[in-house]
Amino acid sequence: MANLNLVQAINLALIQEMEKNENIVLLGEDIGVNGGVFRVTEGLQKRFGEKRVFDTPLAESGIIGLSIGLAMGGLHPVPEIQFEGFLGPAYDQICSHAARMRSRTRGAFTVPMTIRIPVGGGIHAPELHSDSPEAIYAHTPGLKVVMPSSPYDAKGLLVSALRDPDPVLYFEPKRIYRAFREEVPEDEYTLPIGKARTVCEGTDLTIVSWGASVIQCMQAIEKSGKSIELIDLRTIYPFDIDAIEASVKKTGRCVVVHEAPLTCGFGAEISARIMERCFLQLEAPVQRVAGFDTTMPYYKLELDYLPDATRVVRAIEDCLAY
Amino acid sequence: MPITTAYETKIERISILDEKGNFDEKLGKGLIPDADLVKLYEAMSSCRQLDQVAFRLQRSGRMGTYPQNMGQEATSLGAAYVLRKDDWMVTCYRENCGLFWRGVPKEAILLHWMGDERGNAMPKPHWVTPIYVPLGTQMLHAAGLTMAARYQGKAGGGEDRIACTFFGDGASSEGDFHEACNFASNLKIPVVFVCQNNFWAISTPSKINSAAPTFAQRGIAYGMPCMQCDGNDLFATVYTMKKSVEYTRQTGLPCFVEMVTYRLGDHTTADDATRYRDKAEVDAWKARDPIIRLRNYMVARKLWDDSKEAALAEKIEKENADAVARAEGIAAPHRADFFDSMYADIPTDLAAQRDTMHTHSLGQDPSQLPPEAQERARQMSAEAQAAHH
Repeated sequence: MANLNLVQAINLALIQEMEKNENIVLLGEDIGVNGGVFRVTEGLQKRFGEKRVFDTPLAESGIIGLSIGLAMGGLHPVPEIQFEGFLGPAYDQICSHAARMRSRTRGAFTVPMTIRIPVGGGIHAPELHSDSPEAIYAHTPGLKVVMPSSPYDAKGLLVSALRDPDPVLYFEPKRIYRAFREEVPEDEYTLPIGKARTVCEGTDLTIVSWGASVIQCMQAIEKSGKSIELIDLRTIYPFDIDAIEASVKKTGRCVVVHEAPLTCGFGAEISARIMERCFLQLEAPVQRVAGFDTTMPYYKLELDYLPDATRVVRAIEDCLAY
Repeated sequence: MPITTAYETKIERISILDEKGNFDEKLGKGLIPDADLVKLYEAMSSCRQLDQVAFRLQRSGRMGTYPQNMGQEATSLGAAYVLRKDDWMVTCYRENCGLFWRGVPKEAILLHWMGDERGNAMPKPHWVTPIYVPLGTQMLHAAGLTMAARYQGKAGGGEDRIACTFFGDGASSEGDFHEACNFASNLKIPVVFVCQNNFWAISTPSKINSAAPTFAQRGIAYGMPCMQCDGNDLFATVYTMKKSVEYTRQTGLPCFVEMVTYRLGDHTTADDATRYRDKAEVDAWKARDPIIRLRNYMVARKLWDDSKEAALAEKIEKENADAVARAEGIAAPHRADFFDSMYADIPTDLAAQRDTMHTHSLGQDPSQLPPEAQERARQMSAEAQAAHH
């Protein structure tokens, strides 16, 4: 079994699924000849040819609109949007068409498509290369939103997305693309979309997080020295409310951590559901450690914006002291 | 250095049967066999009558907002007549005539405007996409659909399938129109782009949607051959489509057609065009009506007469009334439909919303209520479920 980083795990999942399913095609800006600006699709055009892995003109709405047509026509396209900040131009095609085609046509047309998008901050990039828009798409019925936090999860979740008959936004946390390696089986395995993972068990408090923030949460748990249960959501929609409920009913306290801005971030939805389901078991209000309600600053102040282990530790302590 | 010419082109305009009845023998002779001509005339007449029926349905509360196709029958019909049955036809909403020629049931279109998604469940044998509201977004789908067909080769129905996509003068301002042209030409996708220039985008005259002298020339920027034709002349639309479809099918490359026509009705039944355009203009275009023009030609050639016209009117009235009856006779949709059609497999959470018809948690999970209230909650959920069936 090899030790792979996130980029390698994703690349491997793409290769294996493309070998099994000849209807999977990759498209996007710079993904073919160049192998993607993060090299995630490295070597794929050479291996599978230009008909299956091709570079497109510079137009996100065009990339997604074309992909929707490919999917309606029976293929499983995997378009890449180069950075999450460029989802904007594609928003209409995603939300007015990809999300609606099945219900609009009562299943006569469907859109089996996996959109790959590097997401999140921490790589000292220019503006619109460091954002976290997952809540926008979780709020759009008809889509699925996935965000792995590790190479092992990334491969299993991507394989599931590539086999899903509905449109999936597969967010890849870019600051951990090469941050660490772990054992990733070469053999086929899937991880179900919609199921969370308990990273570590505990009794005092539950942390819910996803994406690269899971790393900060693990660091915070160690620093705090408390018995904390960490749940990595893995899928933002549909999300595993049952796992969260079971954990919070056990611990009575919860801190949600995400990079996206606080107001109307997905933590708000989680908080509401916990309040609904665990009202009598809660010992303290649900706490959210999130990005501030500001635009992501340019990189000189980036680390002041992003939730770090220190802020998470403080939230843990305040929550436990309530 | 002498100044050289970087690029030069011209755009041909096709007119074969004009509004005065002049017929260009060279271009038009043998173009449409007489038997087909009669069927095409019947199709246009039927579409026009259904349009008027739809208008009355809306006014009497039996249908929602409806966009009349009146005056534009020859555009999509010319295309549908020329295209192969399995070429994709990706339309906007003023292409009913072409869709009906392709075999799309009339009640499907009526159901869409009656607020029922089942009207959009277009069966594959017709190779058309459903009507959608966002303008100018469908041409990208046309490109993807035909690219997929070509990719699949034989399995996709043959390597020479093409797509034909329709949009208006207004929609050609949208960004996605330009992206679609760019993608089709750069990725070499066989799409015939057809712009129905009907002079009005609701109250916006076409000169606000393009400052250029033609819409046809929009294709030049993308390296496409472009043609313009009189969209109220069925011979011209057929001729133009024949040339375009042949080109695209043989080369695998896109091309661009502007069909110049006119929106005789209001934008939709919710619009009042008298607020923004002159009666004189509308009257001038009534004199260019594609159906009257064709009828006069057929009468002059002894292919048609008053008694045939009367018989047709009776036949059409009955056929269209039957279509309305089928649309109105459909069983009411199930409340569960809008939940069940969101995903292939409904998420548990959404199933709970469907099964209780509540979003508030106490209504979804009666076990959170005090015992005395639980029975009532369970009963109400059972009633909600029963209402699905």
